[in-house]
Amino acid sequence: MHIHINDEEREFPDGSTVADLLAALGTPRQGVAVALDGEVVRRANWAEVVVPDGARLEILTAVQGG
Amino acid sequence: MIDEGDHLVIGDHKLTSRLIIGTGGAANLSVLERALVASGTELTTVAMRRADAEGGSGVLELLRRLGITLLPNTAGCRSAAEAVLTARLAREALETDLVKLEVHADDRTLLPDPVETLDAAEQLVADGFTVFVYTNDDPVLALRLEEAGCAAVMPLGAPIGTGLGIRNPHNIELIVARANVPIILDAGIGTASDATLAMELGCDAVLLSTAVTRAQDPERMACAMRSAVTAGRLARAAGRIPQRFWAQASSPPR
Repeated sequence: MHIHINDEEREFPDGSTVADLLAALGTPRQGVAVALDGEVVRRANWAEVVVPDGARLEILTAVQGG
Repeated sequence: MIDEGDHLVIGDHKLTSRLIIGTGGAANLSVLERALVASGTELTTVAMRRADAEGGSGVLELLRRLGITLLPNTAGCRSAAEAVLTARLAREALETDLVKLEVHADDRTLLPDPVETLDAAEQLVADGFTVFVYTNDDPVLALRLEEAGCAAVMPLGAPIGTGLGIRNPHNIELIVARANVPIILDAGIGTASDATLAMELGCDAVLLSTAVTRAQDPERMACAMRSAVTAGRLARAAGRIPQRFWAQASSPPR
């Protein structure tokens, strides 16, 4: 299935959860947050929420700023 | 000479330092670290960006090591909806309910969009955030944001990064005079005297970044800002003399 991650299209196995995607991307688990189609996915739910085909995922972290 | 009990209380947070530093613009983390330590700050802003963006690593570790509380901002957001989502992501990523709400109208001025800002403030307060809101130096809007439940109102002195100082000191005084929440002068500070003036006008704290991080010697400027904020706070509390048109001799007559 195709998932848009931070506006970049990527291919993942069907039925992948948010946690599966983060693991595949090598994203550190601390200090990041995930929005699935504009809604925050709580960290506690990453392992359960299955990402649907064509979904848009935003993965954010803190950087220097402000 | 500052009273020991002179703390800045915002939400559940009690701060001894009245200087809040933004981490943007520093050449590298080592320069940033020295500036933060010299400033004595206890609260520091970070921005939220995509995890693949450069510079994502390091700053959180640094701030945690220094024991500085994080104040995530919504910089770069153009609408209330974007700002609310960014704040919620920051809360999830950083495990804090503090947020510096900023909704910019355009890239050239980076001025806050008052309509979107008020809308976002109402939503974030309803969602349980402790909202520090970046706003224009508009006394009416400042009151409206306080009424919306913001924990601190942060009027600009001048547009972000300009170093133009406090363009409308009277407006800042008007905002301070009617406020029941802390007022933090945010944006426009160029040098130490600007920070002192903000405190003399009655602001509860100063937030700045560029003035320190892009100074030729950030560590030294951070030190200057720390003293400037303390000086202004003391002068405000001490009560300045009224201004006079004619001279008044300070030595006894002959």
